[in-house]
Amino acid sequence: MNRELKSVGKGVRKKDAMQLLLGKPAYLDDITPRDCLVVKVLRSPHAHAVISGINTEFAKKVPGIAAVYTWEDVPQKRFTMAGQTYPEPSPYDRLILDRRLRFVGDAVAIVAGEDERAVNRALRLIRVKYEILPPILDFRAALDNETLVHPEEDWHALCEVGADNKRNLCAKGEEQGGDISAVFADCDVVMERTFHTKAVHQAMMETFRTYTEIDHFGRLHVISSTQVVFHVRRILANALDIPKSKIHVEKPRIGGGFGAKQTVVAEVYPAFVTWKTGRAAKMIYTRKECQTAGSPRHEMEVTVKLGADRDGRIRALDVYTLSNTGAYGEHGPTTVGLSGGKSIPLYTGALEAYRFSYDVVYTNVQSSGAYRGYGATQGIFAVESTVSELAENLGVDPVAIRMKNMVREGQIMPAYQNEPASACTLDRCMLRCAESFGWDEKYPVRFTSDGKIRAAGVAMAMQGSGIAGVDVGSASVKLSEDGFYVLRIAAADMGTGCDTILAQMTAECMDCSVDDVAVFGADTDASPYDSGSYASATTYITGRAVEKACIELKEKICTLAAEMLDCPVSELIFEGRQVVRADGSASVSLADIAVKSMCGSDIALEATSSHSSPVSPPPFMAGMAEIELDPETGTVDILNYKAVVDCGTVINPNLARIQTEGGLVQAIGMALTENIQYDDRGRLSENSLLQYRIPTRLETGRLDVEFAPSYEESGPFGAKSIGEIVINTPAPAIAHAIYRATGHWYRELPILPEKIALDLLRDGKGGK
Amino acid sequence: MEITLTLNNKKITADVPPDTILLDFLRERGCPSVKCGCETSSCGLCTVLLDEKPVLSCSVLAVRTDGRSVTTLEGLQDEAAEFVGFIADQGAEQCGFCNPGYVMNTIALLRENPDPSDDEVRAYLAGNLCRCSGYEGQTRGIRAFLDARRAGKL
Amino acid sequence: MLTIDRYLRPETLEEAYEAAQKKNSVILGGMMWLRLGNRRIGTAIDLSALGLDKVEETDDAYRIGAYATLRELETHTGLNELTDFALRGALSPIVGVQFRNLATVGGSVFGRYGFSDIITLFLALNASVELYKGGVMPLSEFCRAGMLKSKERDILTCIHIPKENTVVSYKAQRNQKTDFPVLNVCAALNGGRLSVAVGARPLRASVCLFDIAQDNESETIAERTAGSLIFASNKRASEEYRQHLCRVIVRRAVDEVFAKSADGGIRSGKPNPEVI
Repeated sequence: MNRELKSVGKGVRKKDAMQLLLGKPAYLDDITPRDCLVVKVLRSPHAHAVISGINTEFAKKVPGIAAVYTWEDVPQKRFTMAGQTYPEPSPYDRLILDRRLRFVGDAVAIVAGEDERAVNRALRLIRVKYEILPPILDFRAALDNETLVHPEEDWHALCEVGADNKRNLCAKGEEQGGDISAVFADCDVVMERTFHTKAVHQAMMETFRTYTEIDHFGRLHVISSTQVVFHVRRILANALDIPKSKIHVEKPRIGGGFGAKQTVVAEVYPAFVTWKTGRAAKMIYTRKECQTAGSPRHEMEVTVKLGADRDGRIRALDVYTLSNTGAYGEHGPTTVGLSGGKSIPLYTGALEAYRFSYDVVYTNVQSSGAYRGYGATQGIFAVESTVSELAENLGVDPVAIRMKNMVREGQIMPAYQNEPASACTLDRCMLRCAESFGWDEKYPVRFTSDGKIRAAGVAMAMQGSGIAGVDVGSASVKLSEDGFYVLRIAAADMGTGCDTILAQMTAECMDCSVDDVAVFGADTDASPYDSGSYASATTYITGRAVEKACIELKEKICTLAAEMLDCPVSELIFEGRQVVRADGSASVSLADIAVKSMCGSDIALEATSSHSSPVSPPPFMAGMAEIELDPETGTVDILNYKAVVDCGTVINPNLARIQTEGGLVQAIGMALTENIQYDDRGRLSENSLLQYRIPTRLETGRLDVEFAPSYEESGPFGAKSIGEIVINTPAPAIAHAIYRATGHWYRELPILPEKIALDLLRDGKGGK
Repeated sequence: MEITLTLNNKKITADVPPDTILLDFLRERGCPSVKCGCETSSCGLCTVLLDEKPVLSCSVLAVRTDGRSVTTLEGLQDEAAEFVGFIADQGAEQCGFCNPGYVMNTIALLRENPDPSDDEVRAYLAGNLCRCSGYEGQTRGIRAFLDARRAGKL
Repeated sequence: MLTIDRYLRPETLEEAYEAAQKKNSVILGGMMWLRLGNRRIGTAIDLSALGLDKVEETDDAYRIGAYATLRELETHTGLNELTDFALRGALSPIVGVQFRNLATVGGSVFGRYGFSDIITLFLALNASVELYKGGVMPLSEFCRAGMLKSKERDILTCIHIPKENTVVSYKAQRNQKTDFPVLNVCAALNGGRLSVAVGARPLRASVCLFDIAQDNESETIAERTAGSLIFASNKRASEEYRQHLCRVIVRRAVDEVFAKSADGGIRSGKPNPEVI
């Protein structure tokens, strides 16, 4: 496309921005009736138990209680809550309510009543007898433990992911390229390091919530704060054991997702209540439920073995990941793949051999799920930290060692399904980052007059753009009166701005203003099929579907215009607001074409296209952190964070920048403050925003974001993705900076002040 | 218990149970801008003005507003509209769920300190959590508004 | 989940006191922590009609009403001048402005929470509490008294901060900027007397007193303070770290008051320019 872009590449306002900023009703609880059953779940106080008796008689007698359900009332067909394309790689290991309880917070009973007071009273009156079983709380002890989290015979996996419930194994796998043993044997330097990251939370501001009712056709109408309306439909059909044709799912505005809402966490409970009672119902998760029965990042222990030459050429990488999926297997078999699959290919440059192997185990803590980065974050923390340590040990500049080894445009990435790095400016990202950040000045360790230490660290990252060969994005574009368009999608804008970005693409294709495009979605009845918004797919996959639909629609518009102008279509040119004959002799306005389509016309001015991609072109980025560390207290303050991102063509620079800044700050939280601590009975202490400390605006430091766009031929207007990659560099860059300041490598997150202060005290550096 | 308060400049009388929290009361009374993000007085999403001061409506019993004035974003649309476009120009509203609390506290800040520095903005808004934006875009938006106002461009 | 059967806004302290003697009655403060547990309250007593929200200055003291909010104290000119702005420094990291506009000083002090910033500060300032029936007693005594059930029923009406010529430094260590402190320290130098209060150990704050005619080395003071106090572990920090922090932060706070003191010649303490 040679002409100058008018809408793509512009920092236009998000289409919903002013309504949201002015607090207009937009979210689930704002737009659904207040007059409906309140649904709550009684949650297990035990990490592992079997219900040996449950008495709901007293609870049912509470005035205002409509229903109390236990494991005896629900369908006995297992399903998964993971919002993934069918057949899901996640095992079918759930029931709506199970007799076996697998973590503190697992669902024991569902209570529905007229108001919250009645439901709370009823919850207190349910009498449960628990047969308490030994829990598995340490994921390192889960594999082949005599205690089984899923001993049931009807547990099953639809896909071959190496799962074996009789070994507490949710997935297992290995892949390699080259002769890893031989290359290691030939390396000057071989390092092996083990890293531990915890099950941190998305902590989106709007908790999980769902409203359900029976509509006038007798179907189950579900309004849910979800990223995946079509997956919700299938999962509810599986869970309730009813036909998918009986379910209609839509989403309103979503108060943040970050992957959490790619799992059907809340939906089954009100859906079951409504299906059984015929009454409208609503479930709003408390923050405590969100923290204790949500869908956080997979805890992982990642071991990296790296082989290199003395000059810093990285020749071999062997990554082993032990992943903790918790009580259920949602996203267990898939997240783990990214811990190696998005870290090893970064070093394609000189890599001669690699191996990636993993085990994913069940334990008795809350089930993990999808969180921005989806395993890549954990793997990149490990690999990037190891590479920085290699550089420090060899006395090579950590930027230089990356320039020497990084993947370059055009290279085939053996550890990335042999996909080519078709569009890659990682080298430019790194050099520009170093220049703008002032790496040469900030990398040397400096001391302030009050005894604090300033230091810097670096990391780089990649992610994907959709799931290759799996994700489907669709768009439907319709011309309406006055010549405006309605774009219907089932990608889910969760605040990211994809409604606006896709409207920008539509406007670009149809040569109109973004204001001429109304966006609708997501709705399983009205929207064309889309896998949903996850895996950094929407801009890249659904964006391409928008382009295709627009091409098709233009043809239809011209066909109708040809009828109106009584000339062959081949003589017509689409000019946005009008269609003209090439010789300039006649034209018809878009508005007139639209009107004509509604009177005596048999041409539908609507086009729907789907898109799927056989490849998943990675976005790349470089990040550098400058910290100030107090060696006596261990306090780490982020002073500056510089990021340079290659997300391909930047569709909306404002929104891409905010995506980046938001991801950086989430990752700063993961690196420094967001802790997860279970006690010996499996209870999580960080069960609120009081205890689970996400960053405030006082700990972000100054963020500086730039783009170094490549052009990805397979993406819309050359775009790749940005949603997830932005969370991957801060943890390793900050850990590196802390090493520079202290001489200690911290391989477990979060890096709390205490760890640093006590290490330095033992070194004799901290206390005076 | 019967209470009389001024809600968004309108005097209203209501019969409320003593343990109804102001947040729930306001949402039931047509003020859906007031959001709940936690149960621990930690997030700032439910910020409203109580006798002109910003408070967490999740931590106020509705009965304690008897005889007082409560203002939500529904009652301050014009004052908010003066500056929120600058936030929109940054794309910093993102999911928007924290926006009403953040906008309310910004209004309180700007009434108390009409020309704050960026650090004063950060300090005053420290109790307003946002998980999407990384905060810096919000600060840039407020800065752009203040600069435009100072330059007489509003 | 908090349930309240009755709400009472008494017109007199006596009425409030009588209501407070009933089982399951609770005197409301700012209600910041009250909602956290599962609690069933019979009568919730709101003291807002009793004029306890004022900060009054007398010749020799400030009288801070129990219903004054933390934000009012944070922005109070006289109190901040009295404390070298340590008061603002102690209060401003607490959650957010909206929180501090509700949290009352009485609620903070009466709860005698271990993590309290303001108790640590007030202890070092030699503050007293005034109880409706119990009269005036030193804050240190009130804190030591523990949660005696008989005391629980009395009503804290105000706090007295003596107007002494004190040099103050307040410092706290937090894992995150607005989190509960992992340790907090207030050093106050008044003539030859140095008070060092240490809280969030995570036990309730205690004061150590030093006569700087004898003890004028900040490191010795820090060492002795750390040696004389009990520390413990919780989810935020270990006993070992707190003990270490105590040495560090007490030393810094004491250095700061020595440096700021008009009598600064006593000790060439390293000034610490850090402002919390």
